[in-house]
Amino acid sequence: MSKRFIFSMLFTICFTVAFAQSNPVRLLTIQQLEKRISNPDTVYVVNFWATWCGPCVKELPNFDQLQTTYKNKPLKVLLISMDFKSKFNEVKAFAKTRKLVSEVFLADKTNEQAFIDGIDKSWSGALPGTLIVNTKKHFRKFYEQEFIYTELNKLYQTNK
Amino acid sequence: MKKFLAVLMLAVTGLVAFTADTPGYKVGDIATDFKLKNVDGKTISLANYKSAKGYIVVFTCNHCPYAKAYESRIMDLDKMYASKGYPVIAISPNDPVSEPADSFDNMKKRAAEKKYTFPYTIDETQDITRTYGAKATPHVFVLQKTDKGNVVKYIGAIDDDTENANPNRTKYVENAVNALLSGKAIETSTTKAIGCSIKWKKGA
Repeated sequence: MSKRFIFSMLFTICFTVAFAQSNPVRLLTIQQLEKRISNPDTVYVVNFWATWCGPCVKELPNFDQLQTTYKNKPLKVLLISMDFKSKFNEVKAFAKTRKLVSEVFLADKTNEQAFIDGIDKSWSGALPGTLIVNTKKHFRKFYEQEFIYTELNKLYQTNK
Repeated sequence: MKKFLAVLMLAVTGLVAFTADTPGYKVGDIATDFKLKNVDGKTISLANYKSAKGYIVVFTCNHCPYAKAYESRIMDLDKMYASKGYPVIAISPNDPVSEPADSFDNMKKRAAEKKYTFPYTIDETQDITRTYGAKATPHVFVLQKTDKGNVVKYIGAIDDDTENANPNRTKYVENAVNALLSGKAIETSTTKAIGCSIKWKKGA
């Protein structure tokens, strides 16, 4: 077996693995989101961010850390990009290069005001924002702020 | 020393409370006039516009993707309504140190490049931004000139579709100004200004 063959095999395997692991980004309407987070068996931590929002990009690893730490628990972290729909490819590329482990979506909104009001009446629309939902406990709260990991973890522990 | 500390504590809490407690204008409030530096070097005040019936005051900036997406619609608003008595007055609220793209020089460039037909001023102290309660760029305040002063008639977004993808979008500012021009009540007078947060001076 030639060295070259092994190299190309290795390359193919690496490429396939990377491809299989790359995080698919999907479009999500407010109705689809509501349906998803109404599942009473899971606690949802939904973060709203954008690729152009510095503080958002900075805190994304904290949400991934939460998802990784509790990957065997009924917790789902959903990262919903509020980028423009015309930036779908940029969001996909971002999710890939940053190796985001949580589920990533791009908000599909025909009416921005309705989308933001639908998430929470109190939300000004500023990013980042985070919604925590535990339907079983009738808990739903929106936080228009940034989070460090310990705060996020504490909030999850309190409301799980 | 204890007394000094207590006074200091009080001063600090007072300061914090003061800066945090600035909710800005609500519809119906009288908006203050200002003296802001325009890209042409002149100072702009609302009072300069003797024949205006009101104003479309837009807090906007160079760098923000939302402001960029709305730029041509802001230009259209001035073209549509300046001749009818509602000129656009654009104010950049951002601290150029926090966001160098929003420096006065870059504002001049942008205004020249795009041939703005309206003033593009900078709120260097950020006092007007704070007083009006602008939260994002773009953030619109439609004012109506009355005997009592300039009354705030609409606060919020230009329309409900930044991406300009929905032909049936609701044009809040146009609807508000049209209502004012025809003496009708404004249907939606407050919406959320969706955009980039204001870049405040650090340690101010």
